[in-house]
Parts: sequence; structure tokens; C-alpha cells
Amino acid sequence: MTGREAVAAPARRRGPLTALGLRPERRTVILTLVLTALILGLGLLGLCYGASWKSPGEVFAALSGAEPSVVIQDWRLPRVLAALVFGAALGVSGALFQNLTRNPMGSPDVIGLDAGAYTGALVALTVLSGASVQLAVGSVLGGLVVAAVIYVLAYDRGFSGLRLVVIGVAVNAMVTALNSWIVLRADLEVAIAAVGWSAGSLNGVGWGDLGIPFTVIGVLLALMAARAHAMHQAALGDAVAVTTGVSLDRLRLLMVLVGVGCTATVTAVAGPVAFIALAAPQIGRRLAGAAGVPLLPAALTGAVLFQGADLIAQMLLAPVALPVGVVSTAIGGCYLIWLLTKEVARA
Amino acid sequence: MTARLTARDITLRYGDRVVSTRLSLDVPDGAFTAIVGPNACGKSTLLRALVRLLRPDTGEVRLDGRGIGAYATKALAKQLGFLPQDPLAPDDIKVRQLVGRGRFPHQSLLALWSQQDEDAVVDAMAAAGVDDLADRPVQELSGGQRQRVWMAMVLAQETPCLLLDEPTSFLDITHQYQLLGLLAGLRDEGRTIVAVLHDINQACRFADHLIAMKSGRVVAEGEPGTVVDAALIKDVFDLPSVVIPDPVTDTPMVVPTVQGARRSR
Repeated sequence: MTGREAVAAPARRRGPLTALGLRPERRTVILTLVLTALILGLGLLGLCYGASWKSPGEVFAALSGAEPSVVIQDWRLPRVLAALVFGAALGVSGALFQNLTRNPMGSPDVIGLDAGAYTGALVALTVLSGASVQLAVGSVLGGLVVAAVIYVLAYDRGFSGLRLVVIGVAVNAMVTALNSWIVLRADLEVAIAAVGWSAGSLNGVGWGDLGIPFTVIGVLLALMAARAHAMHQAALGDAVAVTTGVSLDRLRLLMVLVGVGCTATVTAVAGPVAFIALAAPQIGRRLAGAAGVPLLPAALTGAVLFQGADLIAQMLLAPVALPVGVVSTAIGGCYLIWLLTKEVARA
Repeated sequence: MTARLTARDITLRYGDRVVSTRLSLDVPDGAFTAIVGPNACGKSTLLRALVRLLRPDTGEVRLDGRGIGAYATKALAKQLGFLPQDPLAPDDIKVRQLVGRGRFPHQSLLALWSQQDEDAVVDAMAAAGVDDLADRPVQELSGGQRQRVWMAMVLAQETPCLLLDEPTSFLDITHQYQLLGLLAGLRDEGRTIVAVLHDINQACRFADHLIAMKSGRVVAEGEPGTVVDAALIKDVFDLPSVVIPDPVTDTPMVVPTVQGARRSR
């Protein structure tokens, strides 16, 4: 800053486009490749592992159609794909809410959106017939209602991320209590199904369960990817975001809808699977060394975590398959305690 | 005097608190306008209304005769650049990345990063004197360095009009004058500058147009040499003073005559 001289005669150094702004940093590219390899590896392991071990050769033969195998194609493949896609959806959902709240604890599972989606699904299950479309719609509505409640309670001439998170934690506790009450009031068979599902599990997931959720998640992620640039701009604070050209209200609405949509869709099929949305964005961000909370590392890390947790859930007490939510919650609890101590120290 | 940016009869409010009632003003083109006044007199609120961060209850802010509410967000962002008092830097962002964010209004989904963007960022970093910090994480910088990085971000936006809310806060005296010199240089290039300034003497030295505010009203406006006198300072700041010519620039210099000050022998 040398006053007029510097302005009058700016030293223009033309060079190749560097890692400015949007250009992904080398580390992000490498991380993307590593995580993709990890996803493929864990996916293959998921196809090999089960009540009977299949060799990778058998798996490839089955996938290519050379030696069809019901176990691999119709039992294990949908489960593995569900874990990967749902993990990515939860990772993105977590990144969206952590961006919205500007707080690493502001993830949908912590602030009660999972619980709300589960309430919606429980209502669909107990009051209606519980068809998969009803479950999906019920979950999304439940999640949106909880999001609206938190929004109204937390709004005080603008938002503070921490305020939103703290209110979300309280709402989460209340909605969880409501869920218990609904289960207690329900018929025995429905209640047993609901409780088993409440832990979050991919046991018994088949192709028939996945068509609609995969389509919904695919559309939501594509919509959000197109606005990721604006989301990062919004991380500069409301004033700078607006005055550099971000339509903040529209962006926020889209982020909430995509975030709730992803969480609720996963919940409708697998039940509330905690921890992935909380941890994946932060782990991905640190690994990528990126600014803010980016979406792609969160999605890839989420896929790795979900598939990893599901494998552990299947192996831990084999042949009994644990719900994946039990594993993710056990690991996630430790992570949340660590995060809380760090956040409290910072505040 | 021509003015692209004007406010007519705007009433500004934060929640239930009315800050300004039916305020009107013109921002002269190609000039350096300084807004001065005591704390909480509505300077920042006015600035926020001028860049559409705050919607007036009555009246309208206009750019080129058209209400700014009618502009697309990005179209407005190509005309008006704004630096708030408390911008947020995302975790782990590097200086060049943050400055690059100033290019947002010039980019679209199909044109993400161009040579113009690159050049604008390099120029902005050089002008703000942060080119040697380009690869440093913003959160490791001192307050003054950070302020200059944000200044570079707004410069990279390449808007004809720049509005800055207390840009000299956090800066030591040397960097304050360097920043004011930079703004004066931009004015000489033909850009319109509006800055909320705390130091009345700096405002008198650098501004072509002074707006003095008190309790949400514009008390005086015009060329500093004609509007600043002891009576105005008493009225606006409730501070007794003498106003003498600045020995260096001959602009008005306010010397407070407060009780209790030490006298040298």
C-alpha cells in the first residue's frame, strides 16, 4: 500500500492461473483421489464380506454378469451402495448446516433434524400404513417442521450460530422424548419395528428401497453443487456476501431444503444414523486443508465413514449384524465430547 | 456536481429503534466523501442502507435514477463495493483466496475463474500492500494486516463506487495514512469513495465532501474547508475546540480545548 504510485502503475505480473479462489488446491485433488480409492476399496470389501466370504474375483464376475450371484447383486450391492450414497448425503447435509450455523457442532443430528425426521416417519408408520413413500414424505416434513421451530426460536434480529446450536440441542431432546412417547403408544409390532429402526440400520435394505431415495439425493446434491460457490461466499459474513452478489435468502432456503432433504431421505430408509453428518465435514475439511467447510470432501468422507461403520457393525458381533447407528453413535459420542471441550475452550 | 448514488427521504430502523427519519443526500461522483459524527449517530446504518443491507421504511436509495431494490444482486455488486466493520474470514482461508472472493460478482457457473479475475486479484493485493502475504492464512495475521487484506478483497471487486465502514480502525497511524492515500489515489482514478471516518482531521485532509451526522440527521455537508468550524464541532461532537489551518495541507484542523490537558512549558 504505497498510495498513489501503486495504484497508478500496478505491477502486472501475468502468469499461469494459480490456486486462486476456485481452483482446487493440489491437496484437495490428491485427497479426492485417495478418498475415492478408499471408497472403492471399502465397497469391494463390503461385497466380499458376509455370512460367506466371496473372493474379489467372484465379486467382479458377479458384477460383470459372467457368474450371476443373488447374494452379491441383490443382497450386498444395494447395501454397499446405500451406505456410500447415504454417507455422502449425510456428509453434505452436515456441511450445509455447519455452514449455516458457522459452527462445527451445528449438524442435523445434533440440532434435532434427524429426530424430527424420525418423528415424521413414526407418524407415517403408526397413523398411516407406513409405505415407503409415506415414510419419505413424513421424514422430510418432520425434518422441516423441526428446522422451522429452531429457526423461529433462534431468530433474534439475525442469527448467532451458537444460539441456533444450543436451541437445536434442546429441541433435539424434546423431539426424542416425543418419539419415545409415540413408540410407547403404538401397537406392539409397530413399536418393535420402530425401535429396531431407530438405531439406524441397513439390515435388509434391498433394491426396492433405494430407487426413490437415490433419485431424491441425486437431484438435491446436483442442485447444491451448482450453488456451492455462493455458499462459500456466504461464509464471509452476511454483509460481504450480500454486497458481493449473493442472494442470501434464496441461498439459505436452498441450503436448508437440501440439508433437511438429504437427512430425512436417509432417515426414512435407514433410520437416524448419527455422527456421520457431524464428523464427516470437519474431517474432510481438515484433510483437504481447504477454506471453510467444503461439500465434496464432506461427501467423500461421509461415504467412507458410513461404509466403514457399516462394515464394523457387521463384523463386530458376527454373525449378528449390529445396526450401523450403534457403531456411528459410539464413535461419534467420543468425537462430540472432544469437539465440545474444544468449543467451550474457544468460547 | 453529479451523483449516481442518492438517498431520498429514507427512514432507517433497527428493530423498534428508529435511527434516521426522512434523510436525503447525494454522493458526489468521483469524489472522496467522508461521513463523520459521534458514536451511534447512524453513520454505519446510513452506509448499510446505501448498499442495500438495510431496507428503508420510507423513501428510496437510487443508483443512476433507479431504486437499488430493483437491481439484481450481482449487478449491484458490480457497482457498489462495501467493506463492513466486522467481516468474517472462513477458517484456514489464505490471503489470495480471500482476495479472490472479491471477484464473485464477475463470475458465473460457466465462467468460474478468468485471466481478468487473476489480474484484478494481483493488482488489488499490490495496491493494498498485501502481495507479500499472499500465501499466509488470514487467521494468523495481525489486525492491521487483516484489515488491508479485506481492503484488497473489496478492491478486487473493481466497483466504480466503494463504501467503507471505518476502514482505518485496527490500523496504526502509518497504515491509516497509507490507506487514506490509497483511497485518495482511487478517487484520482475516477472512483467514488464513501468512508465513515473517526478522525475529523483526517477527514478534512483527504475528503472532498464531508457529511457530519448527529442523532441520525445530516447536520452539515459540503467541502470540509467551508463547513468545518468550531461551532459545527461543538454542535456535532459537543466538544469545545479551535479550528486552525492545518500547517501541512491548509485544510481545517480541529484542536480540542478540553480541560485537564497538560501544558508544556
